[in-house]
Amino acid sequence: MEFKPVIGLEIHIELKTNSKMFCGCSARHFGEEPNTHCCPVCLGLPGALPFPNKKAIEWTIRLGLVLNCQVSEESKFDRKNYFYPDLPKGYQISQYDQPFCREGKVTLKDGREIRLRRVHLEEDTGKLVHLRIDGQDASLVDFNRSGVPLVEVVTEPDFQNSEEVDEFLKSLQRTVRYLDVSDADMEKGSMRLEPNISLQLPGQNELPDYKVEVKNINSFRFVRKAIEYEIARQTGVLQKGEKLIQETRGWSESENKTFSQREKEEAHDYRYFPEPDIPPLSFGPEEVEEIRQQIPELPEAKRQRFQREFKLSPYQTDRLIETKELADYYEAALGVNGQIDGKKYSSPSEVANWLINRKIDIKTISPERMIKDLIASKEVTRLGEGEMSRIVNEVLAENAQAAEDYKKGKTAVLGFLIGQVVKKIGPQADRQEITRKLQEKLG
Amino acid sequence: MKDLSDLTLKKARAGLENKDFSAKELVSATLERIQKLDPKISAFLTVCAESALKQAAAADEMIARGKKLQALGGIPFSAKDVFSTRGIKTTAASKILENYIPVYDATAIKRLGAAGGILIGKTNHDAFGFGSSTENSDFQVTHNPWNRDKVPGGSSGGSAAAVASSLGFFSLAEDTGGSIRQPACFCGVTGLKVTYGRVSRYGVIAYGSSLDTIGLITQSVEDAALLLGIIAGQDPLDATTLPDPVPDYSQSLKQGASELKIGLPQEYFITGIDPEVKQSLDEAVKKFEELGAKIESVSLPHTPDAIPAYYLSGISEVSANLARYDGIRFGHSSSEARKLEDLYLESRAQGFGPEVKRRIMLGTYALSAGYYDAFYKKAQQVRHLIKQDFDRAFQKIDLLLAPVSPFPPFGIGEKAEDPLQMWLADIFTVTINPAGVPGLALPCGFTKNNLPIGLQLIGPQLSEPTLFRAGQAFQVATDWHQKKPNLE
Repeated sequence: MEFKPVIGLEIHIELKTNSKMFCGCSARHFGEEPNTHCCPVCLGLPGALPFPNKKAIEWTIRLGLVLNCQVSEESKFDRKNYFYPDLPKGYQISQYDQPFCREGKVTLKDGREIRLRRVHLEEDTGKLVHLRIDGQDASLVDFNRSGVPLVEVVTEPDFQNSEEVDEFLKSLQRTVRYLDVSDADMEKGSMRLEPNISLQLPGQNELPDYKVEVKNINSFRFVRKAIEYEIARQTGVLQKGEKLIQETRGWSESENKTFSQREKEEAHDYRYFPEPDIPPLSFGPEEVEEIRQQIPELPEAKRQRFQREFKLSPYQTDRLIETKELADYYEAALGVNGQIDGKKYSSPSEVANWLINRKIDIKTISPERMIKDLIASKEVTRLGEGEMSRIVNEVLAENAQAAEDYKKGKTAVLGFLIGQVVKKIGPQADRQEITRKLQEKLG
Repeated sequence: MKDLSDLTLKKARAGLENKDFSAKELVSATLERIQKLDPKISAFLTVCAESALKQAAAADEMIARGKKLQALGGIPFSAKDVFSTRGIKTTAASKILENYIPVYDATAIKRLGAAGGILIGKTNHDAFGFGSSTENSDFQVTHNPWNRDKVPGGSSGGSAAAVASSLGFFSLAEDTGGSIRQPACFCGVTGLKVTYGRVSRYGVIAYGSSLDTIGLITQSVEDAALLLGIIAGQDPLDATTLPDPVPDYSQSLKQGASELKIGLPQEYFITGIDPEVKQSLDEAVKKFEELGAKIESVSLPHTPDAIPAYYLSGISEVSANLARYDGIRFGHSSSEARKLEDLYLESRAQGFGPEVKRRIMLGTYALSAGYYDAFYKKAQQVRHLIKQDFDRAFQKIDLLLAPVSPFPPFGIGEKAEDPLQMWLADIFTVTINPAGVPGLALPCGFTKNNLPIGLQLIGPQLSEPTLFRAGQAFQVATDWHQKKPNLE
């Protein structure tokens, strides 16, 4: 039996604002001394109140607009209630029924559309650290991350396989980085993924009556693996004629498999209700337009412009727009191209090839330096007529068989002979001159 | 140093300026009075003598150097124990915070301190503000200074009892459903509940965040006007504070009650009001008429729905606001618990009193899946209707006049066994909190047993100047607010 996978995604993206979501503490937490970026607000001390970070809200809307979402005219924050030591207030300030953005869509390369349910803003939790102190197990809490702005993107279950998910995630990560609102670094936890997977029976039109959510995944590769594992596992269960249950499963990196964490019966009732400490927020068309104006050129637009303006191949543009830094570097290099030596102008395509093929380290080599290297590479070693003749004769003598073959019509050996001459002269040898000389001697 | 009970805030300030006495003398006298009289009423949970004397010395130095004394320079005051005070124990009158010492000051505390005010102690109240008699404090029962067998009202009973007993010139308090007005009424002092958002809630231990307002219990309307000018205004740390500029409230004190239109809400003058309370109210209404006010009857038809709407909103917020007392970072933490879940269960079971547990459980229930629409959501809809009632009434009139409590101070233990009776004691005060409008409680008489009776004036959003105008006119024409209990 062929089952059809139904896959949706929940993605958390930590914003890189200077300060936290609801207080003035620094939002930097990775690798910082524990509990050094906290105050009464993000520690949830009695009496402390949240004050929303305007920039984080604008960035969330910026991301929502890029994902073709509708921006809600009326939004509010809500409290999501649950107990855990990394959640100092006993509730997380999140958004429930009026997220900042909803009903978006993105189009995959093959033209399929993935619908987005919502893009909302919430606060991150602290972090538990488990260790042994004086021979005893201990759990410590680091609140540096508590209250860092966190955007949640939720898709509809529109993905059909792991490749589509992979394409979507990579594109989302690139977009977020282009917007410069997050590092979206999976390893540092500034981008976190939770796929949910279920299978549709042949001929079934409605969504399956269960879904399996997989947590603790920290790389794109593992998302693919986890989805593929789940599809295989669930297929096996269904083929045995058994039913699947709604559950949350974890991903085990060491075993390359998912394992059950929590079943539906244990699901929380979060008792959402409107956050009374923050008045509702409204965004009119002008404010949304103002935020839209701040959106920089995104990968797709850049791709089209590069192809059009610089006559680059799809391969070249794909590579150049991988990161905004690389694309910016390329344009900076084009800016100095031709200025260093007016006569030594390289075509945009040549610059692109040099940048791509030589794997230029854009962090250490300036665009100017790179263009200078490119020019130098084209400076050919010019030899006197006599010297060239001598070397060519030498090569022909050493490779008599090849010379003979050429004369018999196997012109393909010419390349080999050219290579032998270049070897003796050096990489900057003038290939045109060598070719001319070889043909003269052989013909 | 003369008898503190003869001093008003204004006279004390003049005395300091004229060097009749020093700040140190004033503060010491207050501390001594607390030491002598507080054992009779138990208004204070903490007395901060050391820091108060230090601040007094600083104020004296300012005076000695000829610097202009700040608005509250050298003036001792108390604060309900829900205000975070840096380095000074803040318990919310609950065992769960028995040894909690905040690392920061609430905004209102900071503003009073910046104006020179000297915090002399933290007053008792119903734990977390849950109650109308101060009997729900986990630490002590406060007695009404007019009759020690009676409750001082609540939740800010300690604040009202302290001000009535001249233990500090005023008390900073908090009103969620009458917690300032009702104890002020029971103790024969002036109580101001401000417009929601007029004064920052930052640093005040939350009860119901959408209902909580920070206000004052004072000796007079005049003092309330002076003090509100100091604590009111937008706060970058409280997103619900209003951006409206703070007017000069002292201006409104001079305007008199003439031409004010005062409405008597017919729903507040129905059966069940104690006859002596009713009689005092009627006399107060006559007094306002004499002062030139126009009296008319109005209707607030949703008044009967206010109690359920108020309690459902309040307890729902309580269930979330009190989740932070989990035994992990501060406050009481069970020492026996070995597992995380046990730590939560035991710390909270041991630290919270019965009324707190009741409200947390009811609030949790009201927000649960399947009940949210019937309870919390419905309550919000009723709040909207209550607001509309007030809006409509205030199109025709300037202020409402109503009783604060349907009865005079009741006996200690009299209602403690019946939580529902206690909840219903708030019937006239809770209505205005869901609407966010301000109210001013004024003493307006005594029962034949010498127990205070009070009235409240209620105005539209940000009408504090009008409240002060009417209140001051009443206090100029009467002397109920000047009566003092005999504690000797």
